[in-house]
Order: sequence, then structure tokens, then C-alpha cells
Amino acid sequence: MRALLFERNVPRFAAARVAAALAGSGKGVGVGPLRLADVELPRPPGAGEGWHVVRPILSGICGSDIATLDGHSSRYFEQIVSFPFVPGHEVVGTVEGGRLDGRRVVVEPVLGCLARGIDPPCAACREGRKGSCAQLSFGHLKPGLQTGYCADTGGAWSQGFWAHQSQLHEVPADLSDEAAVMVEPAACAVHAALSPGTDALDHARVVVLGAGTLGLGVIAALRRFASPAEILAVAKHPDQRSWARTLGATTVVEPDEVRRGVRRQAGGMAISASDHPGQLRRLAGGADIVYDCVGSASSIEESLAVTRPGGLIVLVGMPGTVRIDLAPLWQREISLAGAYAYGVEEASATGNGVGGNGTGRRTTFNMALELVAAADLGRLVSARYPLDCFAEAIEHAAAAGRRGAVKVVFDLRPARLRDHSVRGSRT
Amino acid sequence: MSPRPGLVLEVDRSTPDTLFWHGESFRMERLPVGSRIIYPAESVAPLADPDAAIRHALDNPLGDSPPLRALLQPGMRLTIAFDDVSLPLPPMKAPDVRQRVIEAVLDVAAEAGVDDVVLVAALALHRRMTDDELRHALGRRVFDAFAPHGLLTQHDAEDPSNLVHLGATDEGEDVEINKRAAESDLLVYVNINLVPMDGGHKSVATGLASYRSLRHHHNVRTMQHSRSFMDQHRSELHSSNWRMGRLIRDAGVKVFQIETTLNNNTFPDQFGFLQKREWEWSWRDRAGYLATARALERTPATLARSIFHSIRSPHEMSSVQAGEVEAVHERTTANIYRQQLVQVSGQTDVLTMGLPYICPYNVNSIMNPILVACLGLGYFFNMYRGKPLVREGGVLIMRHPTPWAFNPVHHPSYIDFFEQVLAETTDPAELEAKYEESFATDPWYIHLYRTGNAYHGVHPFYMWYWCAHALQHLGAVIVVGGDRRAVRRLGFKPASTLSDALEMASDVVGPDPSITHVHMPPILMADVE
Repeated sequence: MRALLFERNVPRFAAARVAAALAGSGKGVGVGPLRLADVELPRPPGAGEGWHVVRPILSGICGSDIATLDGHSSRYFEQIVSFPFVPGHEVVGTVEGGRLDGRRVVVEPVLGCLARGIDPPCAACREGRKGSCAQLSFGHLKPGLQTGYCADTGGAWSQGFWAHQSQLHEVPADLSDEAAVMVEPAACAVHAALSPGTDALDHARVVVLGAGTLGLGVIAALRRFASPAEILAVAKHPDQRSWARTLGATTVVEPDEVRRGVRRQAGGMAISASDHPGQLRRLAGGADIVYDCVGSASSIEESLAVTRPGGLIVLVGMPGTVRIDLAPLWQREISLAGAYAYGVEEASATGNGVGGNGTGRRTTFNMALELVAAADLGRLVSARYPLDCFAEAIEHAAAAGRRGAVKVVFDLRPARLRDHSVRGSRT
Repeated sequence: MSPRPGLVLEVDRSTPDTLFWHGESFRMERLPVGSRIIYPAESVAPLADPDAAIRHALDNPLGDSPPLRALLQPGMRLTIAFDDVSLPLPPMKAPDVRQRVIEAVLDVAAEAGVDDVVLVAALALHRRMTDDELRHALGRRVFDAFAPHGLLTQHDAEDPSNLVHLGATDEGEDVEINKRAAESDLLVYVNINLVPMDGGHKSVATGLASYRSLRHHHNVRTMQHSRSFMDQHRSELHSSNWRMGRLIRDAGVKVFQIETTLNNNTFPDQFGFLQKREWEWSWRDRAGYLATARALERTPATLARSIFHSIRSPHEMSSVQAGEVEAVHERTTANIYRQQLVQVSGQTDVLTMGLPYICPYNVNSIMNPILVACLGLGYFFNMYRGKPLVREGGVLIMRHPTPWAFNPVHHPSYIDFFEQVLAETTDPAELEAKYEESFATDPWYIHLYRTGNAYHGVHPFYMWYWCAHALQHLGAVIVVGGDRRAVRRLGFKPASTLSDALEMASDVVGPDPSITHVHMPPILMADVE
């Protein structure tokens, strides 16, 4: 079985980091610890009960994958991954064998208590908040916060991996493969978008910083499941700006326009350097909620500059080690919250939001399935590569915005189907 | 020898290349054979003794006004309003016309025993002038006598405590102007009438008005019904101002109008080639051009900008008239026409122009893209009487670097207008309906207008409305040598060279179009038959 294998190899890890720093993101694959290998499908985790082999059809490349390959991911993750691992957690595939044989599924990649055979499960898993599982290093699986970071399960950048039945969501027949592969990132976006609570979102002025897959997903999710007054999207590249508008942003600005854009949206005063009135430094007021879908030091600083006193910043993009001035966070009593993965989403008591399917508790994946269909997020799949062309694929994904792409995926279908693929034809 | 009038030259094979302004630079362009070039008139003779002429005008007013000294008595409140930094262009060598006139007025006021005198810079919604700019306009003596005592003020269109609503015209136009000016026993308004649009009732009704008042004529409908706004008899902008001016007069505000005109002596000697016809350039003009052009090629844009903005024009006063507003303005307009009108026969398919580094709204500042549009489509396009120089559906080709650059101190709302409003629409009516009010009432812009040196939040809209007639009339606008992104944001087409632009123009107006180039500044007004 062919798979892309990521091994613990410190010199190669360092080489990838240097290459990415010198040549640009995604350029260090050739010297890094990722290689295409012929591997055996690992033995089924635990006693094998509840585990299924999934044969990927399409498998996405996400920002956290790129950060890992660039050697930029935080050392925080070292204890919650296990080597060697096969990356890939955004996937639509076909179950092979067992009672689900032949079913087309998407995988909810968090490896929580159920997948780990931990009984009783932790409080978070009991409540369905799998992303907050406290036992990611325990149970009968090696450490691994998700499929794609765990040595025992394999990952989706391959021709097969193991998934626990608690992770599987069957794909409706009328949903294309391209739409289905967007379900996982859409779920992240739904969870992030709704994390402030629908009451807080009601008539809020929100900013979405970054218009890659996550940023665009957050915009779509806000439009579908909440009622913000305005959505100001910050997008660097022309195609991203176009997508942001298409998916429901009220206003779209470029990164160097964000402070002025937010001030115009939110109204109120701005603070300038005393010798340069009009040269806007930061806002007196600002947006109610800022979704930082980039996760860099500069994006967090920008978020702090445009969030109103008492407002909320949701970190959606995966941050690493950053150096930022937190004085505004303190002085303006701004809340900074992370939004990771998925679980269940709560509707407000007033029932405003949480989808066309009504109020109450729904799993994020269920909502994501609805969102990708309603917003036609399959349109965001811009390029497909066979596994053999992994270096090219990763380079493309790392430069997606600049190259007019959004989501780049590996296409694991046989070559004859790849060239003539039609949406939905695999159902 | 009397100065030669303006000229329409038909380009033939022997015609030398033509100088085009290109922001803080120039380009020599070869226009196709058969093109027309309209050159401005040579400078009319200046007044031999401008100070004596001013005194004469004050003592011999036009219309039904008594002489100034007869209007002055001890104990009265006298307000002297004057045009702001937007005039003249370029700023003139000292002494400025305003200094000459205001000193003369103050001399008469002092002789009459008037001691309650306040000066007001008639900013309307323009930026406040700096002390240096005020000192230059008024002269050190006037500045030092008034400024330290708070008697040199700048009109604040957002200060409700210093505005008074005088009523509404028959057309429902609110007239709200500077309270001190309105409640004075006499308001003297000192104008520099650089173009025919300036002066008349527009001086007080616009220069001392509030947004509430200005919005009645600074709007898309008015500008689209002004053909052109440089021709007051066919200008809805002026009709509205005239209605307001008459209401101001009928409300009891006594205005003594002083208007001055300047000749076409626009550039100092070292730039003398700019106001000559190319085939008449002397060896010195050629050398001056070559030296200047080559030096500018190696000069960073910011330095070139500061060099050009340090130019002080040798403008000379060609007339001064004082008294009743309408009588004065009629005489002034005739004097402007004497200098600026050029007879032109028929319209053209393609109009070309080179835009200089300065317009009324970027003195000591950056000519941002909105101002580039306003100078080309607002001012230069509208410098006509009769018909526009370019036919309906024709093409306007402008040369200017059009940098994506703004002065955030002077033009903060322009940045937002450019980044957000023009990104969505360039339709004047649409952006007026959707965005004008929010910009006009934005508290930050108001704060910067009142306390800093910023144009009012609504000002970029007015600049765009100034283009409305041209936008409605033209088939396309092409900018040669501009920042392509900025040009596209304006809704125009970028071109690298004039020949590319002419080729693009032929896609709109057809092959072998007629081409006319307006060779200004110095300023000319086409009288199109």
C-alpha cells in the first residue's frame, strides 16, 4: 500500500524548516521527513472491535499539515502525536469490509475516548465535545490527537487507514466527493463560528481575518447558522476576496486595509500618532468578535487592534509560538479563545441560528454536512494530485491563495477514474 | 505688443513633440498628424500698480454698493472672509493677493475706527490651513496682528455653536452659514478667481456653509446638470448658489465682495518652457526641459513632490473689482474669459491631457487617485463653454502616474472611500445613495476635520461627483502611465503608452478618430462652437 510517511528525523525536520524559511512555505518537502513509501496497513488498533479500513477517495491538505511539514508546528504537539505517522485527516473514502462495506464516509478524525477504548469516557467525550478529549495520549492507541497524527491508525494520505466506527459519518448519495472532502474543514469552521454562542453572534459585527479554507468556511457557517449584523472579511488575494463575497461577507478588505475597514464598519473613533492625525494606529472601538483564521503573531496583533473593549477573539488558525504585546488584551478586557475541532453545537434559547434544521444540540459534523451542501463548498476544491506528486501538491497547497486556489487534495482514485471523475459518480 | 490669444494648432509632420504633464514629471509625446493642440493664451498684462488698483476698487465699487469706507463705522462688527489654500495654483509668490487686499481693507477699517474685526478662512469642508500657509496667504503683519488674539479663525462647518440657519430657498435648499459672518454688520469676502467657477454668490454660500447646506448643490444631480460648472449660466451648481446667495442677502447679511483675477504667468523662469509652445522653445527652454526631465527621472517620487510643491508661482493680478456680489462677478468673469477663453471649432472623438502634480485639494500634499480623477474629469473636462471638447461617447486619455498613495493627515476619508467604496461601485449616484451620509457624519472624520488638517469625511464624494458629468458623457477613460491597480480601482483603463491608449480608444470611437490635446496648465477654457 502506498502512503506518505512522516518519520521522527530531527536532521530532516531541521532541513525542512530551513528550506521553508529560505525558499518559502511548502518548499522543504524534498529534504524533510515526509516520504512516499510502500507500507503495510497497520494491525487493527486494540482488539479490532469497531474499527474499519477506509480507502481514501479524496484527501485534503490543510494549514496544520503544511505547518508540520515546514517544521513550524508547535512543540506542544510532541506529546500528543506518535511516529511514524501518515498525515491526512480531511478525507472522504470508502469503507472496506465489515457491516459498512462499500459505504462512502467522511471521518471525524479526533481520536477521543471511544476510539481509544477508554471507559468511562472523559467528561468532554461524554458530552460529545470530542475535540476537548482529555485522554489523547491514553487507552489502547498510541498518542495522537487525530487520525493523521497517530502511528496506530494510519492517515488519509495513503491508500488505506483504520477508522473507529465512532469517527464515521456516512455521506449522502447526492453529495459529491469534492463536497464530502470539505466536510471536516467545514466542521472546524462551524465549531469556530458558533463558539461565541449564537446570542453573542446575534447582530454582532464580526471580522474574519484570513480567507483560506477555514476563513471562507467560517463566513459560510456564520451566514448559515447565525445572524451577525455584518461580516467583514480580510482577504489577501483576488480569488479569496471573490469567494468571501460569494459566501456572504458584507465587506471584503485587503490585509493592510483592515483597521480602516473595521473602523468604518463599527463606527467610532480611531487613535493616531500625535504627529500624524489620520494615520490610524488602533481603534477606539472595534468589532464585537474577530475570528483569526491565520494564527500568526501579526494576525493576533491585528485582531487585538480591531476588537472592541470587552470583545472576543477566536483563534481558528493554528498558532505556534508567537511574541505579541498583550497590553491591549489586558487594558481592553478582550477575551482570547481557541476554537479547535468539533463536537456538538448549542442553539440559543431564543432559537436564533443553528441552521435550517432548527435549534437545539446538533453534532458539528452533521451541521457541516448540511453546510457543504447548502453553500456548495465543493467548489472550493481547486486542484487534485495523485499521491506520487506529493511535493508538487504540497507546494501548491502552501501557495494556494497566491495561486488562486483554496483547497488542494490528493486524489486516491485509480487513474482511469481520476481523469473522468464526475461529482457524485462514486456514490 | 498685446499678448497672443489661445491657439488651436493642427499637427503636421513638422510639428515637434508635445509636452504632456505627468504628475511631478513630463513626457514628450508625438501626436498623430491631423490632431489638434489647444494652447492657452499668453499672459494678459498685469495691473501696473495692484495696490492702487485695490484701493480704487474699494473706493469705486460696482453695482449698488457704497464705497467700502462708507460701510464702516466705529463699534461695528466686521468680518473678512478669504479664499483658502486651494487657491491659487500653484501658490503664488509673496505677497499673495489676499495679503494685498486684506491689508488694504484693514487700512480703510482702521481709518474708520473699526476695531471689532475677525478674519475667517472660508474653508467650507476643506482642510484647515497650517500657520505657515496662513502666514503666506495673509502676510506676516496681518497674521501676527490677528492670530495671537484668536481673531484669525478658520470656518468650522461642524461647529453648531458658530453656525446659523438663515432659512431655505424656494427650492427647499437649507442655507446655513458661519454665524460670525452672518451676524456681522459687514462681511467682506476676498476672492482669488482662478477659474470661472470661483466667486460670485458661491463665495459665501459655499465657502462659509455647513454640510447641511452644501449637500443641496454638491451632489450628483447638480453636477450632471451643470454643462459645465465652469459656465455659470449653464451650471446648476451656480444656480443653487445664486438662490442661496440671494437668500443670504435678503436675510440681511451685508456682503462686500472683492474679486481678483490672475494672469497666465504660472511658472517661474526655470520652468518657462511649460508655458511656451514647443516650436517656440529657445535653446534655453530646451536645455531647461532636458535638465529638468533628466533630473526628475533620477529623483524619488517623494522628493520630486516636495520640489514641485515648493514652486511659488509668479502669478500677477490682472484685475480687481469690488462691491455688490453679482455686479462684481460679472466683471470678474469677463476678465477671466479675457485670459482663458480659446475658440475651438467642433468637438473631438478623443481628448488627451497631461495632468500636473497639483489640484485645488492637494496643495502641500499627495495627488491621490481620487484627485487625479477629479482634476481630469472634473476640472479639465469641464473647462468648456458651449459643448464639451470631446463628443458624447468619446474617450478621455489622461497622463498621470496615479500612485496608490494618500496623505492620511489631509485625506483620511479618501483612503476609506478608495479602499471600500470604489471597490464596490464607481457609479456616482449609487455611492452617493449608499455611503455619503455615513461618511459625512462619521465622528472620526469630523474630529480630524475640526482638530487636524483633514478634509471633511464627505469630501471624496464631492470629488467623485465633480466627475459625474464626464462619467455620464464619456465612452471610456484611459490613464497612461498610471499605477494599473489604482487606475482600475477608479474604473478606468490603464495604458502603458499614448499610442497604446489611442489604439484602445479606437475600439470605443472607431478607427481614425479625431484627436484633440489640451495643453494646460497654464489654464485655458475652450469655447466650443
